Amino acid sequence: MSSQILQTGTDKHSGSTTETPASPKGRPVRRLPAAGTIGRYAALALAAALTLGPVLWTLSTSLRTPSESFNLPPSFLPINPDFTAYQEVFKQINVGLLVLNSALVTGLIALGQMASATLAGYAFARLDFRGKNAIFSLVLATMMVPVQVTIVPVFMLIRGMGLSDTLLALILPAVPTAFGTFLMRQYFLGLPNDFAEAAALDGAGPWRIFRSVYVPLAVPGMAIVGILAFNFHWNEFFRPLILTISEQNFTLPLGLVTLQGNLGTGSISVVLAGVILSMLPALVVFIFGQRTLREGLTAGASK
Amino acid sequence: MSATSTFPRQIVKPPAARRSFIERWLVGIFLAPTVLGMALFTFLPIIASLVLAFFRWDIISAPQFVGFANFAALAQDPTVRVSFLNTIMFVVVAVILQLGIALTMASMLQARMAPWLRVFLRSTFFFPLVLSAASVSIFMRYMFNEQFGVVNWLLSLVGIPAVPWLTSPVASAAVVVLVYVWQNFGFSFLLFLGALTNIPKELHEAANLDGATGWKQFSNVTLPLISPTVLVASVMAIISALQVFDQPYVLTNGGPGDSTRTAVMVIFESAFQQLEFGKASAIGLILTVLILAVTALQFRLSRRFVFYQ
Repeated sequence: MSSQILQTGTDKHSGSTTETPASPKGRPVRRLPAAGTIGRYAALALAAALTLGPVLWTLSTSLRTPSESFNLPPSFLPINPDFTAYQEVFKQINVGLLVLNSALVTGLIALGQMASATLAGYAFARLDFRGKNAIFSLVLATMMVPVQVTIVPVFMLIRGMGLSDTLLALILPAVPTAFGTFLMRQYFLGLPNDFAEAAALDGAGPWRIFRSVYVPLAVPGMAIVGILAFNFHWNEFFRPLILTISEQNFTLPLGLVTLQGNLGTGSISVVLAGVILSMLPALVVFIFGQRTLREGLTAGASK
Repeated sequence: MSATSTFPRQIVKPPAARRSFIERWLVGIFLAPTVLGMALFTFLPIIASLVLAFFRWDIISAPQFVGFANFAALAQDPTVRVSFLNTIMFVVVAVILQLGIALTMASMLQARMAPWLRVFLRSTFFFPLVLSAASVSIFMRYMFNEQFGVVNWLLSLVGIPAVPWLTSPVASAAVVVLVYVWQNFGFSFLLFLGALTNIPKELHEAANLDGATGWKQFSNVTLPLISPTVLVASVMAIISALQVFDQPYVLTNGGPGDSTRTAVMVIFESAFQQLEFGKASAIGLILTVLILAVTALQFRLSRRFVFYQ
C-alpha cells in the first residue's frame, strides 16, 4: 500500500517541478508557490492517510462478521457494523480479567511513580543533604540502562522474593522512576522559594511546607508523571511476557498476542475487536491528556 | 492536641538542632522509595548482570565461572552475529526514515494553514504513540498477510504482484522497519515541531530578503538553528531502535530463518527459552556498551558540531 500511494505522491510532486523549467523566460517564482503548496498538501494528506488508514482498517474489520473479516476487498469505513466479533472475543479470552490486570498494574505503577517521584523530586529540589548531587546523578544514570539488560537478574530477584507470576512482580520494579524524579525535581525547582519562607514564618514545619504548600502546586507535574506511566505501562509487552507465566496474570497486550497465536488467520475480526477494546483507554488519554502527554514525552529532550 | 501548648514557642524560634533532625529524617523518608527501589531493582541487577556474564548458569545447577568464554562463544555464534547485524541495519534504516519523515512533516506544518488542520495533522501523527507496539504489530501482521492482506490488495490494484511480506527475508525486514517507523516517527516529529516553532520569524524574513528560499533557506538557516534538536532526536531514536523487540517478536518471531532476529530477541531467547543466563547477560552488556557509546558520542558531537546551543 505504502509504495503505491507514495508513488502517486511523488508523481504530483515531480510533475509540478518539471513544469517550472518549461517557461524559462518567465519568472518561475510566481508559479512555484502554488505548485509547492499543492505538493505540500499532497504529501501531508498522504502521510495522514497512511497514519490513520491502518487504524481505520482495524476498526472497520473488527466490525465485520468473523467469517468474512478477511474477505477482499477490505473495508476502511464501518458501513454495516456487526458486533459479533466483540461478543466472540469475550468468549475466546477472559477480557474482563485482562482489563482488570492491566488496570491494576498500570494504575498502581502510575500512583506509585507519582508518589515516589514527588517525594524524591522534592528532596532533590528543596531539601539539603550531603551527597545530593552524587545521588541524583546515580538516579539519572539508571535511565541509560535498558530494561532488557536488567531483566534476567530482576526475574531471579522476583523469584527469590516469592513473587514470581504475580502482578506485584510487574508493579514493584516499575515504581522507582528516574525520569519521573527528574521531572518532579525540575517542577519543584520552578516554584518560588517565597512560599516556603512565608509558611515557615507562620510556623509550618518542613513536612507541612511540603504537604500543604508545595504538593498542591505540583499537581500538574504529577499529572505528567502519571500519564506517562499510564501510557507506557498500559502498552508494555516485554516485561509481562517474561514476568508473568499463567494466563490469569496476563495483561491485555500479552493476552491479545496469545489470542492471535491461537486463532491464526481464521477469524481476524475477533482479534481486532480485542485490539480496539485495548485501545480505548489510550484513546481517552489521547483525547483528554494529549497536551500533558506531549509535554511529558518531549521533556526528556530539553533537559 | 497537647502539642498546641508547645506550638507557639516553636514558631518564635525553632531550635536549629531539632529542625535539622526533622529534616534529616524527612530526606531519608522522601528518598527511600526511589533510592532503595533503584538499588534493589536497577543497581543490584546491573552488578548481577556484570557478574553473570562471566558465569555459565542454567538456574538449576550451581553457577560455574567461565571467564570470557561467554563472550568468545558469542563471537562464534552465527545467530548472535546475525542478530547484531540485523539490529544495526534496522537502526540505520529505521532512524533515517523516522527522522526524515518527521522533519519533512514538521517543516510542512510550518507553512500557513488553517489552525484546525494543523491541530488535526499534529494529533494524527502523534496518535500511534499512544498505542501498544504489540497491538500495532497484531493488526499490521494481518495487513501484510500475503494472500488476504490489505497491502497486497492495494498493490494488486496497480498491477503489482503479491509480495511475500512476512515470508521473504528482505521483505520481512522491511515490514519490521515500516511498522516501527509508522508508530514512532510521531515522537521525532513532536521534537522537530517544537524546535521549528521556536525559530524567530525575523530570521526567515531576513533570509527571504537575501533571496534564500526553499531548500537553500532550509539547509542554511533552518537546519543549523535546529541542529541541537536534530542531535537529541537522533540519539533518542537510535537508543530506542537498538532495543527493538515487540515488533519483530509479534510480526515475524525473528524469521524467516534469522532474518528479523534482533539483539534483544536473542537475550530473551537465550535466557528464557535456552536457560543460558550467562550468555543472555553477556549480550545485554554488549548492548549497554553500544547505548553508552551512542550517548558519549552525543556529548562529544554536541560540543563540536552543534551551533547556537
